Amino acid sequence: MRRFSPVLCAVVLAGQAWAQTGGELHFAISDDPKTLDPLQVTDEPSDAIRYLTTGTLVRIDRKTFELKPELAESWRVSEGGRRISFKLRSGVLFSDGSSLDAEDVAYTMRRILDPKTQVPAGDQLRPENGSPTVTVLNPREVSLLLPNPVGGLEALFDAVPILSSRSMLKERAGLGPFIFSEYKPGAFLLLKRNPNYWKKDDRGRPLPYLESVRIEIQQNREIEMVRFRRGELHLMSALDVDSFDQIGTAQGALDAGPTFDSEMLWFNQVPNAPIPAYKKKWFLSTAFRLALSEAVQREDIVKLVYHGRATPAAGPFSPSAKPWADTRLKPTAFDPEGASRRLAAAGFRRENGVLKDSAGNAVEFSLITNAGNRNRARMASLLQQDFQRLGIKLNIVTLDMPSLVERINRGFQYEACLLGLTGTHLDPNDQLNMWLSSSSDHVWNPHQTAPETQWEAEIDRLMREQSSTSDPVKRKPLIDRFQAIVHDQAPIIYIVHPDALVAVSSRLGNAAPSVLRPRVFWNAEQIYLSDGSGGKP
Amino acid sequence: MKWASRMAWAFLILVYLVALAAPWIAPAGYADQFRDHAGERPSARFPLGVDELGRDRLSRLLYGTRVSLFLAPVAATISVGLAFAIGLTAGLATPFLARTLDLVIDLLLSLPTLFLLLIARAMLPLNASPFASVLLTFLLMGALGWPASARVLSGASRALRGSTFLVQARALGCSSAGRLAIQILPNLWPLVVAQFFFLVPIFILAEANLGILGLGVSEPLPSWGSMLGELTNPAGISRAPWILAPAALLLMVALSFHIAGKQEKALS
Repeated sequence: MRRFSPVLCAVVLAGQAWAQTGGELHFAISDDPKTLDPLQVTDEPSDAIRYLTTGTLVRIDRKTFELKPELAESWRVSEGGRRISFKLRSGVLFSDGSSLDAEDVAYTMRRILDPKTQVPAGDQLRPENGSPTVTVLNPREVSLLLPNPVGGLEALFDAVPILSSRSMLKERAGLGPFIFSEYKPGAFLLLKRNPNYWKKDDRGRPLPYLESVRIEIQQNREIEMVRFRRGELHLMSALDVDSFDQIGTAQGALDAGPTFDSEMLWFNQVPNAPIPAYKKKWFLSTAFRLALSEAVQREDIVKLVYHGRATPAAGPFSPSAKPWADTRLKPTAFDPEGASRRLAAAGFRRENGVLKDSAGNAVEFSLITNAGNRNRARMASLLQQDFQRLGIKLNIVTLDMPSLVERINRGFQYEACLLGLTGTHLDPNDQLNMWLSSSSDHVWNPHQTAPETQWEAEIDRLMREQSSTSDPVKRKPLIDRFQAIVHDQAPIIYIVHPDALVAVSSRLGNAAPSVLRPRVFWNAEQIYLSDGSGGKP
Repeated sequence: MKWASRMAWAFLILVYLVALAAPWIAPAGYADQFRDHAGERPSARFPLGVDELGRDRLSRLLYGTRVSLFLAPVAATISVGLAFAIGLTAGLATPFLARTLDLVIDLLLSLPTLFLLLIARAMLPLNASPFASVLLTFLLMGALGWPASARVLSGASRALRGSTFLVQARALGCSSAGRLAIQILPNLWPLVVAQFFFLVPIFILAEANLGILGLGVSEPLPSWGSMLGELTNPAGISRAPWILAPAALLLMVALSFHIAGKQEKALS
């Protein structure tokens, strides 16, 4: 009979519970941060700094997608989603030693709600009409009253960094696990441990475990990968499939699952776009769009372009967005015969292998995409062959990004576009701008003064209604109906949701990669380095 | 080094002949996708393996060679023609016109040609066929690639202008047109030919650079540049060294043009 060794047991338990303190985490960002003001962040490098140096009232757990208390120990949404009240933790200090109170939260809220400052962090909180009211109830409680209800209101505060209203250091006085220490533009940023950080681990030890974080600025992904493999960098937050295969799972490459990002194709439906009228007629035809969606071999794209590290897309929500994705909707199945039948019913016919419309025009159109994206170039080549099966000639045009943006946003001099949409939040409101017909991001036909089709009017109604409903149970049927319309009308042909591919050094403890950004260091205060570079627990 | 020149010419002729015969000797069409064979190693059916989209690499290399080898000389002819006309004018014109033309040449030399190409390419009609698009790309390269050659030719023309034999011809009553036809052009011609041979590989490489940036020849038409895109993944090279075939061919062709051009210059 085996006997338990108390000594061995203690060592094992301690190994699980302990984390080494000290050490310096190294990783790279692709560019210099555009701003160090946490409220003005719009780019990923700046967002990484913001995430590590500031604190928020609540935080979305990147693994469970549940909202967790942070600086606020509790919150309450009332008045039908118009009011949110936060109760702050006591004893929380900014990095300069000053204490956090309701005045700081009110100051931050007023700044993000001020229409003059156009703070990106407050985009979804700023109402179109009416003015919000921020009230300090007592030193630990603050309340925000909006003129209209906002769906998913509390989750929006995951991206709102709380600033000090009194500190001489202004934005530099942070509530995050690290504080800003040194910055050499084009070279690196150094963040040091925040000695006043409020969180403690299960054993009561102060967090973060790491002493510092060195963020290298490295544009060349190949060099970044070589440095990771040498052990000079401890993580990579975004890998392409080639790099993922190159690093290999044995060396730390990890697939965190389908992201909220989508690769998608759409047709130009702008009424005054400078393209021939007969082509506009094709693009406005639902049957044409659905037939082309049926002609796409999504499984081949997953296999050949993403080496299996992607999921065929059924619509705007990836399978990871579990609370909102309508699991009854399946990705459009590859069915060239069905597509041909659908096109024939819509008046198209095939002559000598060439598809022609009812007026005899050969179906040929151009597809623009951005140059330098290998996955998209491969995808376009596969689409070209898929559409050729129907007798459609597809001309692929790769353009530099500024030229492409100019064409899709201003001149509308394009016919179809293949591009990706980056999903940063789980909440459907993250996509609100794309679906409202009046929006500039309503890619296939932006800036509509009134919805030009019935189904767009219905989408407008559903998206507005869900965005002003706070109860997720009431929002879900609205979102499901919206997804069904998108599936049936195919204004956008969704192709795949790529997986979140990251690399994590075996030295990194407590890392729990997620599909939500920041993918690897979202729990930076819990992460530790497991070798001798750090001190003792 | 006559043997080197002969070897270079023989190699170039062979490559041109093989490229011309592509439709008959290529195992498959350049756009045919054998998706179930994607990424396969070389075999009897696919001698250079299959690319990531299932296309036969050898067939694409043969067709890609046609694009690069036939259009680069067209672009070089345009460039050399422009360089000759402008360089000669700058070398023989009045001091004011010569200075103006030199200034234009210096200005164009200082402009980043790649960005000019990107801007011009972004303005091309979207529904241009892949061949029309690549033809326009090479024509643009030809239209933009003359300044360096023009500077060489203007310098040579200026040197000729002050030469003793030209002064003697003038003293003997030879007209301007006669001096140009009998004295200047025959003396400049070897330099013009050498410039042509230097420009051909430069344009092949320029297209390759555009191809690597994803701004070269439109899919599915292959070119050396678009095929070289596979080399951006270093791990791929060690796993599948046969993807280096277009790079090796490009290197050998560029070297052959260089040797042939050098020989032409030496003969002058």
